[in-house]
Amino acid sequence: MPTATDMTPTPTLQTLPGDDIRQIMWRFADRYDLAMMVQACRAVARGPVARAVASGERNTHEWTPQKDALLKAFDEAGITSAFMEPSEGGYIEGPKNLALSLLAFELSWVDAGAATASLAGNLGLSPIHERGTPEQQTYYMSRAVPPKPGENRKAWRYAFALTEPLPFVGVETGMLGGKVRVAEWKDGGEPTLQVDKRGRFITNMGYANVVTAAVDSDDPRIKGSCMVILEETDPGTFDRGTPTKKMVHQLSSTCDPVFNLRVPASRIIGGYTVKGGCIVPNYSHGEIIEAVFRRTRVTVALMSSAKLLSAIEPVIRYQRTRFRGGEGGPGSPRYELGLQQKEDSQHRLIDVWATGEASTSLGFESARLFDQVDPLEKAKDQWLAEKKLSGRAALKELMKKQQEALELVRLSSQPADKRNSSRIDDLAADPMVKFSLLDSLANVFCPACKLWNTGHGATMMREAVSLMGGYGITEDCPGFLGQKWMDAQLEATYEGPEAVQRLQLSITMTNELFLAQFEQWIADMRRIAAQRPGTGACTLATAMRLWLWTLNHVQTATDADGAKLYHKTRQGVTFALADALCWLIAARQFILDVLELAEKGQANPALTDGLLSFVNFFTDLCHVQSARAGGEVGRICAELVHGYNRHPAWDEASCQACYCAEELESLEGIIPGIDSAARACADVTEASGSRSQKAGPCVSYAGLETFIRLRAKLDGCLTGARLAKDRAAEALTKVMIPEALDYPV
Amino acid sequence: MNTAYQIVVCGSIVPDPLQTLEPVTGPAGPALKNEMMLPAVLDPWASHALYEAANFAKHSAGSKVWLVSLGPKAKLQQVMMTVAQKVPFELIALDGPASGFTDAAEVAALLTEAIQSIPGLDKAKLLVFGGWESASRGAGATMQIVGERLGILDQFQGVDELKLNPDGSLEILERIEGGKHQVSRCVSPPALLGWATGNLPEPKNNPQVGMVNMRTAMPALQKAKPVKLAGESLTFKSVSLPKQLRETKIVKDKSADDIAREIVEWIRK
Repeated sequence: MPTATDMTPTPTLQTLPGDDIRQIMWRFADRYDLAMMVQACRAVARGPVARAVASGERNTHEWTPQKDALLKAFDEAGITSAFMEPSEGGYIEGPKNLALSLLAFELSWVDAGAATASLAGNLGLSPIHERGTPEQQTYYMSRAVPPKPGENRKAWRYAFALTEPLPFVGVETGMLGGKVRVAEWKDGGEPTLQVDKRGRFITNMGYANVVTAAVDSDDPRIKGSCMVILEETDPGTFDRGTPTKKMVHQLSSTCDPVFNLRVPASRIIGGYTVKGGCIVPNYSHGEIIEAVFRRTRVTVALMSSAKLLSAIEPVIRYQRTRFRGGEGGPGSPRYELGLQQKEDSQHRLIDVWATGEASTSLGFESARLFDQVDPLEKAKDQWLAEKKLSGRAALKELMKKQQEALELVRLSSQPADKRNSSRIDDLAADPMVKFSLLDSLANVFCPACKLWNTGHGATMMREAVSLMGGYGITEDCPGFLGQKWMDAQLEATYEGPEAVQRLQLSITMTNELFLAQFEQWIADMRRIAAQRPGTGACTLATAMRLWLWTLNHVQTATDADGAKLYHKTRQGVTFALADALCWLIAARQFILDVLELAEKGQANPALTDGLLSFVNFFTDLCHVQSARAGGEVGRICAELVHGYNRHPAWDEASCQACYCAEELESLEGIIPGIDSAARACADVTEASGSRSQKAGPCVSYAGLETFIRLRAKLDGCLTGARLAKDRAAEALTKVMIPEALDYPV
Repeated sequence: MNTAYQIVVCGSIVPDPLQTLEPVTGPAGPALKNEMMLPAVLDPWASHALYEAANFAKHSAGSKVWLVSLGPKAKLQQVMMTVAQKVPFELIALDGPASGFTDAAEVAALLTEAIQSIPGLDKAKLLVFGGWESASRGAGATMQIVGERLGILDQFQGVDELKLNPDGSLEILERIEGGKHQVSRCVSPPALLGWATGNLPEPKNNPQVGMVNMRTAMPALQKAKPVKLAGESLTFKSVSLPKQLRETKIVKDKSADDIAREIVEWIRK
């Protein structure tokens, strides 16, 4: 009988995956607006952006004319206007999370600093886009659009000024480095505000015309915090500050600005109401940035993903040509394969590729998720407004919907013949139930992709650089891998460093609605494993089950001193489980994307020749990634489950539980073999009082039997993973690559 | 004086020239290894023709550009994601092979038929553009046969420039030996121009132009007529890549004169 791996068909990778493949995997094959935008963006990335990097523009902190020319290239290629609605001068209808993620991915394929320069403009606009009044949206969004032929104006550039703690002066991120006071308020008139703000590390600041700044009230007549819109022509000081001496993303402009400006109160983003002679902003700065960052972090995540996938072709070319020109002519393995003769070179590149695929899959799924959430979130706001609910009352109403969503998940999990279909249909048709479901996922996916894609991505970029040897850390390394490695570290840091993402995950991943869906995913993975055993879905399902068991365990378990394990201050537990979850959902999403390719690819005649080869190769990569995820999850979970118990010592209590050698000897006559059996599974105190040379008696697994069984099962589930890696590695040696990289060095 | 032209550009797709192009023998004759899986681009010669057509139409009020393209529908669609962003045109797609190993006469017959099917086609306004050569078919015969079949007697090959004279006649520069151009004057359409490189740079991508083009291009792709090429009159004795010697050297900060001098020395070696 054939084994699961024997059944894997043989055709393997013939060419590197192209747009046909990617459009299916990342689910925009039916969106020609996005496909065209990708092509336009790619031409800029591999043209002007690559030339700027190759000519050393990254080597200066200043905003140079060549860097500035990139903004014009973005404008001409429709990159700037991609963020806007058609009514505002854009060309993409509806939510734009996937669109902006694709832009970030394409630009970061060459240089993520260029992506940041483009996206920071959107970030500056985002507070207005997400929470601005209709008047603010109309006014500022349309001015961000590049002028059309015949229009005599310049596109406005935008920057976002939150705050960044100044080192060594006792400032933390929770405090805003900006104040707002009432400068003038005439009876019946609109108040004029005095805004004082010092920004740090503010992107686009070298040229921004408009800044959206977070400020705190410094006046009893203004309540709380808010965000305000500052224009460069406002009366007062609009000092762009000195360029930041950053070592990364140098194609974007970053400065430490100072603002001291007078602006009308109508610049408060989202507007305000006057209550009891006090200005009450409709949105606090926290409410605005929460809406902004949960979307923009996804694009940052994809910057790192693009780097990993962009490394594959240059590394293969480097490996193959490494020995050409020396001994061994064409046709010899040394000439044709170069470093690819060595298994280690192949395997390490497979790890980079698998990580790149999984992180890209996770990133784009997160973006698509937000595209679904966006209209539902607006509907939710409208629904609450119609019901005149806010604050706790609104939360209470949403909790009811969450319970209904939970009911939907549970009903859907039942066998088809036992389901209450009419109830399921009713619940599924409720947009607020749908919002609850998707929101619970978005709250996990956003921090997960930001954390894992950038954090683990940076580690894997180091691996990619290492595969180039000394060449990897030269300025002219093909594919700019050295610069990308450094940039990845920034991406792990900005828009909320890793600790912030872990903290958010540690809260959102325990949401019962998320966990109910997670349970469903485990069943889905088993089903997929039954149909496609080579994907590693079974391994992943077991790892997911182990993670879930561990999460439940640590929520009630205590450490050796009786302290709770799952507590917000116990980041050694919560953060570690958050890390483990990221591995799981990234590997899962990769599997789902490969299944999508296998299914939808059949409808594309251009893929007739190669579909099976791509599916087989990606299936092996999935297996590699699932096994790696399983290994990480197993390690983390085992450390958490066992690591907080004190190891038994050779103390009196433990020694009493040991067998005594003399007793065993006397029993040997009655029960032959008891001596050796006891020594094999327990600890024995010799007649001399001596014991085995070790830290103490072996630990007992009482109460942890399920965990032990799952852990052992997970180890067994790794069966075949290395065979998959071998197959994928062999494919690397045969895949046809282009003659040359399509951007300069 | 009529200056509203109907400009029909014939152009198909070829594998991206950066890709590794390796001839292989398949069941249906010679082919390129993994050709269907390689990214494709609009034939560079046809691209020049298209950009020149759009530019000419832009300066001749009331003119319109069509792109008639024979190629695998799915590949054509991918290529349109870029090409459609360059200049305004209406696509007429034929779903068939775009391999370099097809018979120029058969291809020309299909292109002619497609051109003749354009509603409201007026030969008195007709300018047929195409590539003088092709990156995949080096025969340089397809456009000439299209012209013959359409009954267009004024044909120009290796065109680098087309100007509209004040009297409505067309002034055309064709490449001849010795790096010189032959200047011709064509009184009026119909005419067929097989373009060399022209004078225009590649237009930048503009998704907004693309969005307009794709409103007609997508339906055109969906209803693309499937066509087959019999290939009966054509046999290939052998297929091989041109012999090439590639010596790559990365230099920076060298003037164009220095680079040219070095290349000449290398050729003379």
